[in-house]
Amino acid sequence: MPDTIAQKSKRPLSPHLQVYKLPLTALMSISHRLTGIGLIIGTLIVTGFFLAAASGPDAYNMVLDFAETIYGKIILVLWSAGLYYHMCNGVRHMIWDTGALLSLPAARTANFVVLTAAALLTIGTWVMACGCWRGM
Amino acid sequence: MPKISKDRLLNAPLKNAKGMGSTHHGHAHWMAQKITAIANLPLVLWLVWSIVSLYSQGASYELFTSWVAQPLHTILLVALFISVFYHAVLGAQVVAEDYISNVAFRKFKIIGSKLFLTLLTIACVFSVLKIAFTAGV
Repeated sequence: MPDTIAQKSKRPLSPHLQVYKLPLTALMSISHRLTGIGLIIGTLIVTGFFLAAASGPDAYNMVLDFAETIYGKIILVLWSAGLYYHMCNGVRHMIWDTGALLSLPAARTANFVVLTAAALLTIGTWVMACGCWRGM
Repeated sequence: MPKISKDRLLNAPLKNAKGMGSTHHGHAHWMAQKITAIANLPLVLWLVWSIVSLYSQGASYELFTSWVAQPLHTILLVALFISVFYHAVLGAQVVAEDYISNVAFRKFKIIGSKLFLTLLTIACVFSVLKIAFTAGV
């Protein structure tokens, strides 16, 4: 006799996300989506900034003053890191679409390359922004 | 006429007739996601580099607006906003489709994010054009 839905729901489920330690590839996969959502929230700030600039110097300077505060700086640093991560991992996604880098060792190497590239781009941007390096 | 189940809410009748198979829209979605991603790559790098460069020069209101008003910059900014927001719409849709099981809420979230991100696109494009047409006047 087939089980009813109520009976089925009492069956033990096989172990699930909560009990597995996610490997780095899986963490980086979900991080791609999380940073994507974060960047969508960031577009609100971009819109606010351009609207302020279109409204006149007072509104523009208000946004800039906020960016100079510690909260503004924290948001900008996290934002740039999320942006570069999403960008570098996005490039990996495009390489994956060609069928390359799909083996486990290649994926692990690419984990490292993506994280390093994102970190270097973030640090490089802030070194440039702080005027510590005048190469550009 | 049979009552349309909630699963089929807002789907084209042809799809119901063919029995919930592929709508054959997925490929266009995937392709648009990739093409906007490729466009975003140089455009966003250019914007970040430009902001850093403007910031290192003091980022005064006059400096920023005259930078936006240069024709090449205006054009690239409008292209960037359209490409980035289109990419965001597609990404938000995929996330909603994958994680929201309630059909009504999922459709609300997809349609809502499309409308909202379209509004942001219009706000950004309008702002850039307004600055471009009025800077230095």
